[in-house]
Amino acid sequence: MKPAPFKYHDPRSVKDLVGLLASLENAKLLAGGQSLGPMLNFRYLMPDHLIDLNRIAELAYIRPGADTLEIGAMTRQRTLEHSQEVQRTCPVLVEALHSVGHIATRNRGTIGGSLSHLDPAAELPGVCALHDAMLTVAGPNGTRSIAMAEWGVSFMTPNLEPNEVLTGVTLKAWREPHGYAFVELARRQGDFAMAGVGCLVALDGNSKVRRIALSLIGVTTTPVRLSAAEKLLTGSDLAGEAIKAAAAEIGALEALDDAHATGTYRKRLAGVMLGRAIGRAAERARMQGSRQ
Amino acid sequence: MSDRRTIEVTVNGVRHTREVETRLTLGDFLRHELGLTGTHIGCEHGVCGACTIHLDGAAARSCILFAVQAHGCEITTVEGLAKSDGTLHAVQQAFRDHHGLQCGFCTPGMQMTITAFLAENSSPSEKEVREAISGNLCRCTGYQGIVAAALDAAQKLRGA
Ligand code: FES
Ligand code: FES
Repeated sequence: MKPAPFKYHDPRSVKDLVGLLASLENAKLLAGGQSLGPMLNFRYLMPDHLIDLNRIAELAYIRPGADTLEIGAMTRQRTLEHSQEVQRTCPVLVEALHSVGHIATRNRGTIGGSLSHLDPAAELPGVCALHDAMLTVAGPNGTRSIAMAEWGVSFMTPNLEPNEVLTGVTLKAWREPHGYAFVELARRQGDFAMAGVGCLVALDGNSKVRRIALSLIGVTTTPVRLSAAEKLLTGSDLAGEAIKAAAAEIGALEALDDAHATGTYRKRLAGVMLGRAIGRAAERARMQGSRQ
Repeated sequence: MSDRRTIEVTVNGVRHTREVETRLTLGDFLRHELGLTGTHIGCEHGVCGACTIHLDGAAARSCILFAVQAHGCEITTVEGLAKSDGTLHAVQQAFRDHHGLQCGFCTPGMQMTITAFLAENSSPSEKEVREAISGNLCRCTGYQGIVAAALDAAQKLRGA
């Protein structure tokens, strides 16, 4: 048998789940299992208790609001990918999902699992950063909300106590017409991105940037918004010079350096991805404009 | 003390009830408990796709699912593709016709991936087929025969 022995629990409600978390020592939460499964098989992790969230029906939902999109933590990636509501309110999420693993892993993988595992190369946290998401966490003292900007504490470490669980995430949708893009480079389709950039952009009547959001994955320990680049590009016409100046801001980041890619290479790639993401998003924004 | 549960699953149309250790993976359950050794276990950590089965109709990796999680579910393995009289499934026949396999290790996973994919997308492009099998590793064929088989099977399934 691959994993070390554990006691298995499969609560049916968030209330029971929170109760279990409060009472058990060295427990791990099992969402889609596409990252945790390998870690258990390798015995990198040897929890005494495994709490399976897959039978908690109340954690799987997609609820579009006036300018929000609420998603339950146990909503499968494949469900999001096929959702008309998601396509309508946050299409960049659908685009990013095409780079998340493979069909078989997206069938199981969940948005909450991805946010809690917080791999630096994960696409979904990058999309949540792009859409100024608020995360809802349940624990012994009730629930609390955390902004995505505060979610990543350090490498693969979310802002979560051992007795807490992420239950849902609320993305802020853009009301104005806008273009979007999610672009990344990995060694093969579905593999970990060496660098990836998400972009949302709204243009004014003169094709100048009215509003722009940029997020970066795969380069820093946790996903980041490129706020300095956003500031530089606001009001610009997205000409080559403007994008070059924005890409230069990436140079100031502290990049991951590992066997897959050096930090210098990742940052260089990030600049290229930035240009491509902005290019594609702006093109879509212009198409939006001409349809109005 | 091992942690055990009784589970009930339907595999290729047959109902099974078994008591299993909760840390037993679904892949090991199929192979060791039910003797269905068509499902191959390669990497055992979700990378190679050899262990792919259908869980309630959706492709999933059986090496990173626990048998206990499949309680109450319908599972299809590669043994469930051919008809009981031995007639191959269109995808299997196409693999034979197009040299879609050499050693055969990746084949069950490839076929389970492709059958689920074609059920959703009946006329895929070559690019879409390559993307669909991107999570399945083959060390023999160079993928050409597999891609050709998937495209041919799609056409046959559309015509049928
Ligand atoms: S054996 Fe399951 S993915 Fe390799
Ligand atoms: S046929 Fe040998 S690994 Fe694919």
